[in-house]
Amino acid sequence: MARMKFLCDAERCIECQACVTACKNEHEVPWGVNRRRVIVMNDGQPGEKAISVACMHCTDAPCAAVCPVDCFYTTADGIVLHDKDLCIGCGYCFYACPFGAPQYPQQTAFGVRGKMDKCTFCAGGPETAHSQEELTKYGTNRVEEGKLPLCAEMCATKALIAGDGNVIADIYRKRVMTRGGRPQTWGWQAAYGQDV
Amino acid sequence: MSEHQQAAVRARRRWRSMIWSIVAIFVLAVALPSAGYLFAQTTTGEPQRQFSEQSESNPRSDMWRDGRRGEGGFTTQTGPYVTNQMMTNVGENYRQIRTGPVTTLGGWFLVIVFLAITAFFLLTGQKKIEGGRSGQTIVRWQAYERFLHWFTAISFIILAITGLSLLFGRTVLIPIFGHQGFAAYAQLAYGTHNVVGPVFSVGVLMMIVLWVRHNIPNKTDLEWFKQGGGIVGNKHPSAGKMNGGEKVWFWGGVFALGLTVIITGFIALFPNWGFQTREIMSWSLIIHAVAATLWIGLFLGHAYIGTLGTEGALEGMTRGRVDTAWAKQHHDLWYQDVVASGEKPVPEEELRSDGKQASPGGSRPAGQQGS
Repeated sequence: MARMKFLCDAERCIECQACVTACKNEHEVPWGVNRRRVIVMNDGQPGEKAISVACMHCTDAPCAAVCPVDCFYTTADGIVLHDKDLCIGCGYCFYACPFGAPQYPQQTAFGVRGKMDKCTFCAGGPETAHSQEELTKYGTNRVEEGKLPLCAEMCATKALIAGDGNVIADIYRKRVMTRGGRPQTWGWQAAYGQDV
Repeated sequence: MSEHQQAAVRARRRWRSMIWSIVAIFVLAVALPSAGYLFAQTTTGEPQRQFSEQSESNPRSDMWRDGRRGEGGFTTQTGPYVTNQMMTNVGENYRQIRTGPVTTLGGWFLVIVFLAITAFFLLTGQKKIEGGRSGQTIVRWQAYERFLHWFTAISFIILAITGLSLLFGRTVLIPIFGHQGFAAYAQLAYGTHNVVGPVFSVGVLMMIVLWVRHNIPNKTDLEWFKQGGGIVGNKHPSAGKMNGGEKVWFWGGVFALGLTVIITGFIALFPNWGFQTREIMSWSLIIHAVAATLWIGLFLGHAYIGTLGTEGALEGMTRGRVDTAWAKQHHDLWYQDVVASGEKPVPEEELRSDGKQASPGGSRPAGQQGS
């Protein structure tokens, strides 16, 4: 079984925002909800680096640990998904997540947030695959069709790669060996543990 | 120079040379091996090599290190929950504390407090009014004070039940109701908690303002604490309108924990105010949970003493009048003040025969309550 992971190669990311746009368009994500965002470090200075950040589908997910209604589950492929029917919109997962991945449609008085929304690795949710319910709540289910997340497939420079952890680690290792320099598997330690 | 004198001089010279030899041996034994350092120092007289490229920081690794620590960057995305940090460790602390001590120690704390109170009741039973009731009653709490008390008490209990459900529900209630059943209840509990919270805060703040005059600590309380409040045994330390224990409940519970819970609660409740970073939010939630757990523990004690634990105490808060025997036993100084102020105790029969259940607030001037 695959262990799905994201890896963003900061040496290749050109901050074109195609991943963000692809995600929003593919899943019809509402305004203000950002499943994926591009962060530029040292913007405008020599050596600036851009990284595309979304849910990393952690091995021991902090969101799942703090959820009071236990609405998270990890698929056989290691993708962390959640059940919007159970979610009460308390916001705890947003405070626990190292990557700021959980999003909510509202931010209003009396703690009303609506159901949490986050990156699904294009793997839908607990509803029947390709059903209308799944489409409205979680977006399309590309993994079910044997495809990888659209953000990574759209990436023009192939900076953002998604797929089985071993495969993408191999791709990245070859790149580093060819171009030299140090590897920067940003976020992997936080998401997948010490031994990656 | 005689033969004798020459011999004495020789002997002295021998001694002197012996002593100097020993000193020389010791000094050289220490100094000679160290001479190597001296040699090394003088031969490598040229300036030491400066490893400047290592001591100077590497901007690239600094950037990644700062990024991992939660240093913000630039992002074009907008939305209430968009952060400009690529990652932060705030959440890990929140997770460890919430799923660790807050739920484990907090849960056992409440269980132990409950069991301790139950054991105490089973061992000592109810504290009776000594010598029985006198049948004469005096006013203890005005109508508006009783309304305030029960208004706050009921909202406290609603908040405690809903709050504990959200904190411990995953451990305790999901195995019973299942995920869907609990989620439906949790949604309701979450909404209720968030609406009742601010309402409850008004009650707590009014209590603090209205009852602070009864709760100023004094020397009587010191004596009250020395005697353990008369909780165990038959001692009855003196007390005014509020005894030392009630003042602890007021200052420690209503005032300190109450304000803590209110402030952290409002921070968590109104994310739309905008100043709440994830750090402020997660710490508020943790402090809120810890303070509320402690407060519920204190509340269990307060509720026990006010109802099951003490005969004749609850009626002071329900109908507003207490038996004079109870007043003399538990609040002797207050009783003296009330009598001195000219209030006449009213017999029980009179209260009962009076169809309209003589409202203490209406029949007595409010000014008599100050003590």
